[in-house]
Amino acid sequence: MAKNWWKAIAVILVLFALIGGLLIDVPRLPILNETIRNLFYHVTMWFAMMILMTASVVYSIKYLRSGKELDDAKAKIAAEIGLFLGVLGIVTGSIWAKFTWGAYWINDPKLNGAAVTILAYFAYMILRNSFDDEEKRAKISAVYNIFAYVLLIVFLMILPRMTDSLHPGNGGNPAFSQYDLDNTMRIIFYPAIIGWTLIGVWLGELKLRLHKLRIKKLEDEL
Amino acid sequence: MFNEFTALLSKEVKLEWRNKFALGGLLLYVVSTAFVAYLSFKKIVDIPVWNALFWIIFLFGATNAVARAFVQDSKEKQLYLYTLASPQAIILSKMVYNGLLLFVISVLTYIVFGVLVGNPIQNPVMYLTALILGSTGFSGTLSLLSAIASQTQNNVSLLSILGFPILLPLLMTLLRLSKNAADGISWTVSLNYVWILLALNTIVFALSYLLFPYLWRE
Repeated sequence: MAKNWWKAIAVILVLFALIGGLLIDVPRLPILNETIRNLFYHVTMWFAMMILMTASVVYSIKYLRSGKELDDAKAKIAAEIGLFLGVLGIVTGSIWAKFTWGAYWINDPKLNGAAVTILAYFAYMILRNSFDDEEKRAKISAVYNIFAYVLLIVFLMILPRMTDSLHPGNGGNPAFSQYDLDNTMRIIFYPAIIGWTLIGVWLGELKLRLHKLRIKKLEDEL
Repeated sequence: MFNEFTALLSKEVKLEWRNKFALGGLLLYVVSTAFVAYLSFKKIVDIPVWNALFWIIFLFGATNAVARAFVQDSKEKQLYLYTLASPQAIILSKMVYNGLLLFVISVLTYIVFGVLVGNPIQNPVMYLTALILGSTGFSGTLSLLSAIASQTQNNVSLLSILGFPILLPLLMTLLRLSKNAADGISWTVSLNYVWILLALNTIVFALSYLLFPYLWRE
């Protein structure tokens, strides 16, 4: 079990963030009040999603260079889990928005960026499913993955600069930088990012093993 | 490489000219959409609505126009083309040709829309800049996506699904720039958007140029 230590760390970190996030003292800021605790869940899930999406693109590039079927499977699985975390992030964000801004959905550049990211990755999934030929599917969806990822990053970078955002740190809302210096929040925030990412990697590893077993079964049947 | 590119470009233009009904269909599509918008709205007083409606019509027109980029060529013809020319020359010629085509379509939409619904644009040169940069950017994105979609069975609807999320950064910037043009805001303020659009165009063209060779090598 020597190689499974990181799974234990993942569970411990997420549990630490879940329990600690509810227990520690948080700075009291106008508008946010106690909902600031959602920072530990909502923001960290988005971080983990971006890390997994980046991993997915790296595997897509690797696939285009090497042509190994396994790299394509990894790219797909990373994107799937990233999408899962993204949906969780959007749901937690939506609930947070209801309590701070008064509505589940607000025309805000960051929310729109998030929605577009999710749409693009759903499109990636649909693209993958519209091929019969596996090699063709792998190659073409890798191309789309890279293309979409680069443009989405550009989108997430330029869009918030064009309009004011309701998000903390923009448009007169209390800024995160005020309590980024607050070490008690950092103690939860960074471990939570690592914890969610590791959980994502764990999920991905399980899916990959399942994928390998399916392929093995197919080969055995032949 | 350059010779290949010019030869392919002239081939595209000639093909389009000989198939006038396809081009005519496209132009008619834009005109009738503008007419539908006119009949539903009659007169548009609000400039942002005019602007948004114009770009949405253009977005759908562009998707329809570029969808034909790779779909219209039969499998055999594509194979033949690929034995003759390098993939880089093919994608470049498609992108440049579609850029020109989209520019023609956008100007036509602008004229028809302006005549029917009214023309609120105070700075036509800036609006023209937005049309040029929009046409090239849409063409760069949609050409590659059309090559992707043409490999699947349900290609036209797939092109919209794949394209719309990715086109949004471009579309949002274009909306801002063209709204500034409509309001007659000075260049110093709007130049920022022009730079963003130029940067987006460069990224899109570079990505398509680099990624397209992977799409056709079987």
